[in-house]
Parts: sequence; structure tokens; C-alpha cells
Amino acid sequence: MRAVGIVLAGGNSKRMKELSNKRAIAAMPIAGSYRSIDFALSNMTNSRIQKVAVFTQYNSRSLNEHLSSSKWWDFGRKQGGMYVFTPTITAQSNDWYRGTADALYQNLTFLKNCHEPYVVIAAGDGVYKLDYNKVLEYHIEKKADITVVCRDAAAGEDVTRFGVVELNEDGRITQFDEKPMVAESNVYSCGIYVVRRRLLIELIERCAAEDRYDFVRDILVRYKSLKRIYAYKMEGYWSNIASVESYYKTNMDFLDKDIRNFFFREHPEIYTKVDDLPPAKYNPGANVKNSLVSSGCIINGAVENSVLFKKVYVGNNCVIKNSIILNDVYIGDNTVIENCIVESRDTIRANTTYIGKPDDVKIVIEKNERYTI
Amino acid sequence: MIKKEMIAMLLAGGQGSRLGVLTQKVAKPAVSFGGKYRIIDFPLSNCINSGVDTVGVLTQYQPLRLNAHIGIGIPWDLDRNVGGVALLAPYESAKGSDWYSGTANAIFQNIEFIDTYNPDYVLILSGDHIYKMDYEVMLDYHKANKADVTIAVMPVPMEEASRFGIMITDETNRIVDFEEKPAHPRSNLASMGIYIFSWPVLREALMKLKDVPNCDFGMHVIPDCRDTGKRLFAYEFNGYWKDVGTLSSYWEANMELIDIIPEFNLYEEYWRIFTKSDIIPPQYISEKSHIERSIIGEGTEIYGTVVNSVIGSGVTIEEGAEVRDSIIMRESVIGAGTKITKAIVAEDVKIGKNCELGIGEFKESTYNKKVYNSDLVTIGEHTVIPDGVKVGKNTAIWGNTEAADYPDGMLQSGDAIVKAGV
Repeated sequence: MRAVGIVLAGGNSKRMKELSNKRAIAAMPIAGSYRSIDFALSNMTNSRIQKVAVFTQYNSRSLNEHLSSSKWWDFGRKQGGMYVFTPTITAQSNDWYRGTADALYQNLTFLKNCHEPYVVIAAGDGVYKLDYNKVLEYHIEKKADITVVCRDAAAGEDVTRFGVVELNEDGRITQFDEKPMVAESNVYSCGIYVVRRRLLIELIERCAAEDRYDFVRDILVRYKSLKRIYAYKMEGYWSNIASVESYYKTNMDFLDKDIRNFFFREHPEIYTKVDDLPPAKYNPGANVKNSLVSSGCIINGAVENSVLFKKVYVGNNCVIKNSIILNDVYIGDNTVIENCIVESRDTIRANTTYIGKPDDVKIVIEKNERYTI
Repeated sequence: MIKKEMIAMLLAGGQGSRLGVLTQKVAKPAVSFGGKYRIIDFPLSNCINSGVDTVGVLTQYQPLRLNAHIGIGIPWDLDRNVGGVALLAPYESAKGSDWYSGTANAIFQNIEFIDTYNPDYVLILSGDHIYKMDYEVMLDYHKANKADVTIAVMPVPMEEASRFGIMITDETNRIVDFEEKPAHPRSNLASMGIYIFSWPVLREALMKLKDVPNCDFGMHVIPDCRDTGKRLFAYEFNGYWKDVGTLSSYWEANMELIDIIPEFNLYEEYWRIFTKSDIIPPQYISEKSHIERSIIGEGTEIYGTVVNSVIGSGVTIEEGAEVRDSIIMRESVIGAGTKITKAIVAEDVKIGKNCELGIGEFKESTYNKKVYNSDLVTIGEHTVIPDGVKVGKNTAIWGNTEAADYPDGMLQSGDAIVKAGV
């Protein structure tokens, strides 16, 4: 592959509420076995990109744990590899990353030392499968300066939390509104970009000289008429998880057979860190319907329309409905959980009830003492 | 200079012919176990958990699956700069070439490998036992006794003792005598096939016995050590240990995993069992499914009924199918409406719709009485079974079968269809 990859994984979002208190969005657990960043990283490795830089900042500990080895995504190579860039104090700077462009600027040596002619930039909070080679081919064919991966909004989809773009008949972006109050178009950006490496370095340096820090506002929006910025329309499943509602919906989407087959059974695969947990166990009293269950779970109660992440223990006579139970949660006997997201490593006492609303899921954080059996 | 205090030699070359069609194309240590594991994962995990980071795996019979599974040892953290896991197949030398003719002969042919690591002790393991054991504790015991050979033993009920190699010990646990499958056992301490040797003692014995045909630990090396007055000690082990050498013991050991609190517990926080996990996604349990007392591997999709069973990774059990008291290994597909009772279904098997497996009454096997002597239906890997057939008890099927292979749509109890690999 003629590109180096960059994954932007430093962000936080107020829309994630308490779920982002202890982790970066890119480290959010997805679909039972994965983390959000696995999708961008797997797409990179499946597109035969060998060198990837991951930019982390907010709650970087959560990500560093997940990225402790690059072998899961096959990046542990002599040529290339995975580089994790967290802000550090240097002789020149003691700033945090003040924006995505600033993050690139503070690590510009990395880009300068690469030899690959192109750069693929992807956000760490998208759930999708995409061969970046196809975007690159399009980029070259259109003689574009920057290519932005875009989608047509589905009917009724709210696009105001994305960058909304207007295109001419050739696919060139004529208008770019970041998170507009009112969307003028139904095409929005997925936060995935292809750009020539030398051009990117030039743009980033100019940005920094003007004290500008944001890739979207200060490069895409500002240069939209000066540079040839094209939209590549992506088909298939794509979801951004950076709000509680979309996070909940994205996980529930995996209860759909087609979506499951697309991610779990069709080539290419999504990779993640392997946890070496035993198979899931169903004891007498278990009654599981339309749910995803991950390894290490032990189930003694009823589970319906839910996603159980790894190592969840469900006690006797529990009823869990329409809920997401994150990793390593212990649920005591006779507990009822409905329309909730239960935070990882929670310990939930016996005989408790948590009920959220279908359109307003409840986030449950319970740090009770746990007695291991 | 390279120096390892103890290295392990894991004997994984045997066919395990008593597992019938399960081991026709794959060595016994590579057979699936417990939903996501393979049998060899247990000794390999024990090694790394005991701090033994150098393991020679002796392969001979059908090693492909074993080689692919072990690779460079990454899943067990056995990819090391010095040591790690090494796959040792028989090789040709200037003097000629020999297969491994016995357990001790296999070690003899790899003396050079062992010498490379300059060990004080060598741990000999078999690749076909299910257990968790800290070899470091056994080594401490070996050292404390100033032993030359330490043999792990476990107490078995006296009435079963005549099925095992029995060790007779004095009050200090020194082995004074032993007998192989004695009619009238004098002790109930059965050898588990796990030995620690002080390397100079083993090396000397192997050199001395190198011309003995089919040189074997139990038959030749241990008797020789006794006869030359070496210090042999029995290390008593009281945990779970299971030889899964026969179809019924293999089936039982799997079924024991589904007890509410199993004697052999995979869910304990420490002493994890590691394996190569190449199927990652969670399992999906559908609206119309029913699951009771079972363990289920990753990426499996269940639309039917599963009771008292061990289901591997990437399996599909279609709507209306019923699986009871059975083992289904990875990536097999059970067709809609098919009913399976007491069966062992190997990897990548496709069973058609509306079949019935495991029906009728037990009949003695017409195919191989030694191997097939229980109610179990055994199906070899990559087998295809057409829609709507019935299969009796104590049967075996292997290969791409068609409706014509089943007279009147039925395989009678005790019969077998073997179409592959012959």
C-alpha cells in the first residue's frame, strides 16, 4: 500500500455522558468482543497499510491498555508498525493537542520521515468495513487534493452532529459545514480522509503558523475552494458511536443477522486483542433470546434483546432486557435491568431494579464490593 | 551461555487410535476440547503457568493441524528469544532415518535439542491429558528428595487400579516397585505419565538403551532406573486429571465441564488455559432458541435447542434442530429440524435437515469393537450427511456421504460408513 495510516483517537464527547468518564471514545467496547478503534485498525491492516500512527489524548490509559501490543492487527512488522502518539512535554512545547491538526503538527517528524506518498486519516469512533485502496484509487482518478469519505443520509437521519457537505456533479465538495444548526444537504462526512503526504505536511505547517489547530475547520472548510476536495461515497454499514443513543443503537444493530454476517462472517475480518476467556456457560435457569453473548459469560437468568460483553455473570432469576452489559459485570440474583447500559466492572447487588426508557437509556454505574467465588 | 533449569518435552506424536474417526487425519493432541480448546492447550498452558518456557513438542502422526495450531507459540507466550516452543518431527541424519519408535526413543533422537539448553531437569509430558498442574511444585519435590526420577501419580479407586501402571512406594514416597496393569494391585497410585528426570540420569539411560526396539519410558527407561538403584519418587497429585484416550472418556470429560461448579473449572481467575483464538465475535442466541446446561464457543449462532452439550466456535445450529448430550466441534453446521442425541461431531461437519442421530438401541459394533463400544455416534471431520437420514447408536460416519449410503435412509446401530481417507 502506498499510504501511511493515521487514527485520530484522542477525542472526548459530552454526548457520551458518564460512559466517557473512564475511557476514550475509541476504546468504547462494541458488539461484545471488540473496541471501537478495532474497526479503523482492522480496515487499515486489511487495506495492507503497514504503518499506522494512533493519536491519543483524552483518557489515553484505556486505549494504551488495548494497544499494548500491535500483534492483534498484524502491525508487529520490521517494515512499518504501530506508533502511539500521546502528547508529551518537549523542549519546544508543553501543550496538549489543541486540535486534530495540532496533533499532527506536534508529531510532524513522523509524517516527514515516512516514504509513503499518501496518508489515510480515519477517526477511531466509526464502526464500518472499508477498503481504503478504493478511496485512494478514486482520489488519484479525480486528481483530488483531499478526498473525504461521505455518505448519503438515510431518510429521517439527523446529520447535524457531522460535517455536512454539498457537492457538484463531479463529486467535488463545494460547501462544508461542520456540525451545522440546520443541514443544507443530506451528504455528510464520515471523518475519513485521503491526502498526499507532502500536501498534508504543507497544510499542517501553514495551519500552525497561523495558530490554527483543527483539521476540519481550519483545513477542509478554509481550503474548500482553493483545493480540489472530493467526496468518495461509501456504501454499506457505517456508524459513528460518539453519542449514547448511537452507541446503544450500534450495538443493538448487531442483533440483525445481515449486519452480523457482514462483520463476523464475511471476509475480511475485524481483529481485536484476544482475552483468553473460556466459552460462555449456560446453567439451569438460563433463558436467552435474541442476544449476543461473549466469551467468559456465565448465565443463570433470563436475557432478551441484549448484548452481553465478555465475562458477564448473570445471577439466578435475573431479567435483562434491551440492555448492554459491558465487560466484567457481576449481576446478583433477582435483579431486573431494562433499557440500560451497564458500565464495565460494575458489581450489581441482588434484588435491585434498573429501568430506563426505550428512547432514553439509563447508564448504570455501581461500584459495590465484589466477593469473588 | 544458554542455561535453562528445566525444559519440557511434550509427546504429541501418537495417533490415539481409540478415538476412531476423530483422529484419522489429525493427531490426538490437536483434537478440539471443551468448546474452544485443543487437548494440547492444557499441558502447554501448564508449562507457561509453571514458569517452564522451553517446550519441545514431539510430533509424528498427522502433524499439520498441530503445527498450524502451535506455530511459534504466541498464544501461550512461548515465543521467546531463547527457548520457547519447538516442533520436533523425526528427521533424516547421515546414518539414516528413523521414525520415533517409542516414547523414550523420541527423546533419544532429540538429545541434541535438550543439550542445547543445558538443563538440570527434563520434564516429560503427554499431549493427551486434561488437567491443571504446577510443575514447579513437582520440581521442588524432586529437589527436596534429591530424586533422580519423580513420577506424578494419583490415587485411583482400588477396583480400577488394574487398568493403570501402579507404583508401590515406601513411607517416604520412594518407589520400590511398579507393575503395569496388575491383576491384583498392591497399591492404588496410578502413574499419570508425567516425569521429571535429572537430565544426566535420563541422558545416560537413553544412551544405554538406544538399541532397544520401541524404547518406551514405562517399559524400559523407568525399569532400568530402578534396576540401577536410582532414586525414584512418587509425587502424589490430587487435582482433576483425565486421560481422554477413548471416545467415552473424551465425551465424559467434556460433559463434566457443564456442571454448575465443575470439578475442572475453566473460569478460575488464575491458571488460565490459553489457546489460539482465531474466531473472535460473540455468539448469537436467537429468539426461538433454547439453551440449557451447555457451554458454547465464540462466533456460534444458535437458532435451535441445545441441552447438556459442549458447542465449539463458529458453529451454526439451525432453527428447530435439537442437540442433546453431544459435543459439536468448531465450524460445523447442524441443519434445521435435525435431532442429535449423544454424538461427537468433529470439525467442519455439515449435517443436513431433519436427520435423527443416536436413535434406537445399542448394538455391538460391526466395524471396530475396541473403539466403538458405547451409545455414541461419532462423526469425523469435514463429513457431509444428507437431509432426512436416521443414524443409530454406537455408529461412526466419516466422509462425504450421500443418501445412497444409507439403506432405507438409515444407518443401523453398530454400523459405520467410512468413505474418506481410505
